[in-house]
Amino acid sequence: MRTKCTGRSSVLFNNPPRLICGSTIVGDVEAQGPLGSCFDITLEDDTWGEDTWEKAERKMFEHAVRKALDKAGLTPMGIDILLGGDLLNQIISANFAARELEMPFLGLYGACSTMAESILIGSMLIDGGYANRIACAATSHFSTAERQYRLPLEMGAQSTPTSQRTVTGAGCSILADSACGDNGQFSSIYVAGGVIGRVVDLGITDASNMGAAMAPAAADTLKKHLFDTGRTVADYDYIVTGDLGRFGSELFAMLLADSGIDIGNRHLDCGNIIFYSKQNVDCGGSGCGCSAVTLNGYLLPRMEAGDFNRILFMATGALMSPTAGLQGDSIPGIAHGVIIERRKN
Amino acid sequence: MKKERIPSQKEKDYQRRVNEKMPKSKTFLQCVRAFISGGIICCIGQLIHDFAKLVLNFSESNVAAFTAIVLVFLGATLTGIGVYDNIGSWAGAGSVVPITGFANSIVSPAMEFKREGYVLGLGAKMFSIAGPVLVYGISASVLVGLIACLISGKF
Repeated sequence: MRTKCTGRSSVLFNNPPRLICGSTIVGDVEAQGPLGSCFDITLEDDTWGEDTWEKAERKMFEHAVRKALDKAGLTPMGIDILLGGDLLNQIISANFAARELEMPFLGLYGACSTMAESILIGSMLIDGGYANRIACAATSHFSTAERQYRLPLEMGAQSTPTSQRTVTGAGCSILADSACGDNGQFSSIYVAGGVIGRVVDLGITDASNMGAAMAPAAADTLKKHLFDTGRTVADYDYIVTGDLGRFGSELFAMLLADSGIDIGNRHLDCGNIIFYSKQNVDCGGSGCGCSAVTLNGYLLPRMEAGDFNRILFMATGALMSPTAGLQGDSIPGIAHGVIIERRKN
Repeated sequence: MKKERIPSQKEKDYQRRVNEKMPKSKTFLQCVRAFISGGIICCIGQLIHDFAKLVLNFSESNVAAFTAIVLVFLGATLTGIGVYDNIGSWAGAGSVVPITGFANSIVSPAMEFKREGYVLGLGAKMFSIAGPVLVYGISASVLVGLIACLISGKF
């Protein structure tokens, strides 16, 4: 029976799983950004000693999971299911990393929304009684994304003002049934619920304007969630979006204002805070790594420290395909949300 | 029957507002930069041209070939050592339009796809950007040549 849902698309857990730890790996540009000191591992060079960027990206995924296991004091055998994905075709980074990790694995593709998607599904599996501990991970790499979606790196072309820089980063969160009594890095962080997003497409075709393609999906998911649960924006300390960027955030606020929702200063976008604007990143950061490292490296430790108590973490994904784009299709967007709370034990 | 997706009023409204609010490219500034950088590249070309003509005493047709070869070499080398993309992000069309930009558009995918092998990687992807320019450039020149022949009655 469908007993743990609220409304059309929100879920609220009976036994909220704990988020026991988070790990992060970033590239050098991200390490020079405002959050640079928050991350666990920084790559000295963008291939991380591998032959290709793709191999570096899968190594980042694998090592993010291993780092999280270290922090939680677990071995790979302690994880029941690995959930995760990346931006590359056939999610090769996640697949090849899962080959090394030898855990039961469900690969996910939600473009840049993968981190929220994996935490949402992981929490549902734990609350449903299908697992005790789940590792949720996402990765992206600037150089692999550029060559798959855009132009070669050494090509001397100008970026448009609405474009965003794909974050080189991997993040992993470990969820555990609260009955497990794990210690871990965070003692009081729980995933209380979530909202499953719809694919929303308002016909944006410009691949260098992903913020505009994703903003309608983010606004839709938030509106659905507030409607489902009867909550208001004021019930959350922050509504965190993944990678709308500066322009996308503006559109997000505009679309919410159309529906009479004033998000005010409760909106935080990972793409806006991961880089300094002087780092030449136009509208900010993007990619699954963007929300993954900001959540695990910055937001969760701050929550644990008691800076805020409840956030709606909505990673946003532009479901772009170069093939569909060339055939004249627009860029559909999606956003999934998870409610992350700090509870006093 | 072909099914077209008809944009709703909501989509049209959103797209209009996106276009209104979108941060715009600084077109005037970029034109100035393109003018300066393109001009500099052309001046360098002229220097090479004069050097070939006055110092090396090449014939007119050899001078043109020599200039093109040297500029392509420079563009390719600067791409290879990772400088041309920095020039391009400042100069825009100023460094894309000259023949050095053409060299950049061939060398940059060649460098990037070398990892997929010399045949199906480098060989296949090398012309992924310059290829269309060559296809339509050569096609157009054949067409123009034919028209010129017809007009001048040399058939």
